[in-house]
Amino acid sequence: MSRLYEYQGKKLLREAGIRVPEGEVVSTPEEARDVVERLGRPVVLKIQVWVTGRAGLGGIEFADSPKEAEEKARKLLGKKIKNYEVEKILVEEKLAIRSEYFAGLIIDDAQKSPLMIFSSVGGTGIEEIAQEHPEKVAHVPVDILKGLRDYEARNLVRRTGISGKLLLKISDVLTKLYKVARQYDARSAEINPMVLTEDGDVYAADCHIAIDDYAVFRHPELGIEIAREFDRPPSDLEKIAYHVEKKDHRGTFYFLQMTDEIPKEDRYIGFNGAGGGGSMMSMDAILNSGFHLANYCDTSGNPSASKVYRAAKIILSQPNIKGYFASGSGVASQEQYHSARGLVKAFYEEKLEIPGVIRLGGNYEEKAIEILAAYLKDIPAEVEGYGRDDSPEFCARRMKELIDKNGSIPHEIRPICDSDVSVDAYVFEIFTGKIAIDHSKCVLCTSKGCVDACAPGILKLLNDKPVLAVTEEDAKKGKCTECLACEIFCQFHEQNAIDIHLPIPGLKEYRNRLIKGRSDLKTIEEEKV
Amino acid sequence: MAILVSEKSRVVVQGITGREGMVRTRLMTDYGTHVVAGVTPGKGGGEVYEIPVYDTVEEAWEKCGPIDISVIFVPAALVKNAALEAIDAGVKFLTIVPDRVPIFDVLEIARLAKDRGAVFVGPNTLGLVSPGKAVLGMIGGRAERAREWFRPGDIGVSSRSGGMTSAISYYLTEAGLGQSTIVHVGGDAVVGLSHPEVMELFEKDEQTRLVAMFGEIGTTQEERVADLIEEGKFTKPLIAYVGGKAAKSGTRFSHAGAIVEGTRGSYKSKVQRLRDVGVRVVESISEIPKVALELRGSSGR
Repeated sequence: MSRLYEYQGKKLLREAGIRVPEGEVVSTPEEARDVVERLGRPVVLKIQVWVTGRAGLGGIEFADSPKEAEEKARKLLGKKIKNYEVEKILVEEKLAIRSEYFAGLIIDDAQKSPLMIFSSVGGTGIEEIAQEHPEKVAHVPVDILKGLRDYEARNLVRRTGISGKLLLKISDVLTKLYKVARQYDARSAEINPMVLTEDGDVYAADCHIAIDDYAVFRHPELGIEIAREFDRPPSDLEKIAYHVEKKDHRGTFYFLQMTDEIPKEDRYIGFNGAGGGGSMMSMDAILNSGFHLANYCDTSGNPSASKVYRAAKIILSQPNIKGYFASGSGVASQEQYHSARGLVKAFYEEKLEIPGVIRLGGNYEEKAIEILAAYLKDIPAEVEGYGRDDSPEFCARRMKELIDKNGSIPHEIRPICDSDVSVDAYVFEIFTGKIAIDHSKCVLCTSKGCVDACAPGILKLLNDKPVLAVTEEDAKKGKCTECLACEIFCQFHEQNAIDIHLPIPGLKEYRNRLIKGRSDLKTIEEEKV
Repeated sequence: MAILVSEKSRVVVQGITGREGMVRTRLMTDYGTHVVAGVTPGKGGGEVYEIPVYDTVEEAWEKCGPIDISVIFVPAALVKNAALEAIDAGVKFLTIVPDRVPIFDVLEIARLAKDRGAVFVGPNTLGLVSPGKAVLGMIGGRAERAREWFRPGDIGVSSRSGGMTSAISYYLTEAGLGQSTIVHVGGDAVVGLSHPEVMELFEKDEQTRLVAMFGEIGTTQEERVADLIEEGKFTKPLIAYVGGKAAKSGTRFSHAGAIVEGTRGSYKSKVQRLRDVGVRVVESISEIPKVALELRGSSGR
């Protein structure tokens, strides 16, 4: 779920005709002062971060004058609340509250329909109030084809003991709230508190709207950077990973960091799961073996080899991890050699030194394990491949044994260097990168095995040299499935003439920053000495 | 008997000319699924593995005769229309493979399905297989693998994770225990047939003597299975394995969710509820075949 900030949600509500307090979102104390000068009445200042219970955390302040607003804003901006730093605050008119209600729309998985909920009590602690006073809470399923009808909303409100003009005002808000939720594909939308003022008007005093991640593509106007729920702002590495996922629809790649910093001496594992259920099972196994997880990562749903490669490069951008553990359900329907090739390319480039345990059970696991064994014997690290008959618990134990065996060395980040591509190379673009074939090396090649290795059959021989058998446009559009088989064959069996360049925007700079940070630290330490 | 699909079911594949559609049609036909037609708008008149391709489901129905099942492999954004088209044409069972289908689209599909007496598995499903009879979707990946991993028998399997669906079934096969039907109900928050609905089908199925279920945190599916058992609507022995113990608890969608559902959805709630009604909840996948053997023995059948 992609959460909207309160000020974003209120904008949508206002556009739908729901009354919201007058105000503006600001990011400097001066702006806060200006807003109050313009409004000319007492205000409330509310931090715009994704936490609940802001008042209890010191995230809500009141001010009666522009000067006071400026001071309070200075106090709030930059404050650290849970995992967030306050960058924006909403400054809006203070309402004269007579009573508070609650309205919310959720998706009911049992009924397979939206469910509108209304409570004649609202505000903080609504969950407890609802438990204690069930008679004050009512809900109604909404027919997705017809929407929430006026009379349904009125019946809903009436059932909580409200009548007369107020009933009309509130039910009007409910039908509008439903329309907003539907229009913006909201996974949930709630107004809490809904406020009745001393003047008799009904306002949305606060709101929480979360958009369905799968529908974010329909709403570019919302400007959602990462269509996923976080309980903190996404890290730089997560942003890099999300960009990879966004640009490549083949399979799933989900990456989440579980810790800010990994001390050299701690036992953290770079985790590469596959599939939700299989990943959970594998995480349990690795945690039970006394390790921590540096990250959660899921590469499943038949991802391309290039996607798994990028996932591995991102996982290996976490310094000080002690091992690389990949494991899914163990009985995957997807062809597992694609993942194996992606890992081989990444581990080889990284000259991996920390051990890896790769549980690739599923279709063609024998071939996948063979690929790992054949092509990773020259790297410093020990990497073992396992299949469906090796349990996650066994594999976690192997991880531990291998880490102990090599003395628990921490992973060191390497800079990303672009390979030298000969200017005369035969180059063509593929879906997420490009392939360069140095034909001058092909002269020495006897097998021409790259052509056979290419699963989609997009290569052919022309004058004894591999060239595209399809148009350049088709190769780029996806005829080349980026299975990496040609490159790996050529590298290990022939002349190392093929280079598949799969850029990961931002990763080079990210690693350089980490490496520079470390060398800066070293200099300081050296100076101290 | 098995549930939902047999070798006699007449199947249409929507999106048959796409990358996944083609590969998985191969799996299905090689396994024995009776695929009678494919549909890709604009590609009518063609063929995929000698299966005729039509522009619409209605046309496929007219030319090939009644269709029991549609398996959908179209991009997520087009799923809603494909599903509505199939239901409108009269198809009563759909397998919706793609993931990332917007939730309101799923609700619309569910709404029309209810009106027309149709049901669906998915979205975000590997599909289902009645071992020895037919496979729908992509479970098993290739026919020879599906034959090796899944064997006919009397255990029903229902799972919210695709990989775990195959894994549980494979480990049962390894232990000499066959399966009646294996269903991946799909990984999304709202799915067509959820665990309790699959349990009701298994209850009526003579071939199924016990059921293994893989649950996950989130949604109320596992709790609703417990409700069914309590109401006496599901009476066969059930083994449950719930994933997500290590996951961070307490992440709620919203206050609204908590108001209606209370603490439902958490790992603890699910395990507790299931245990309370006598379900054998296991802590690791390797226990499933062991408990299955034990339950089968003690059931005396």
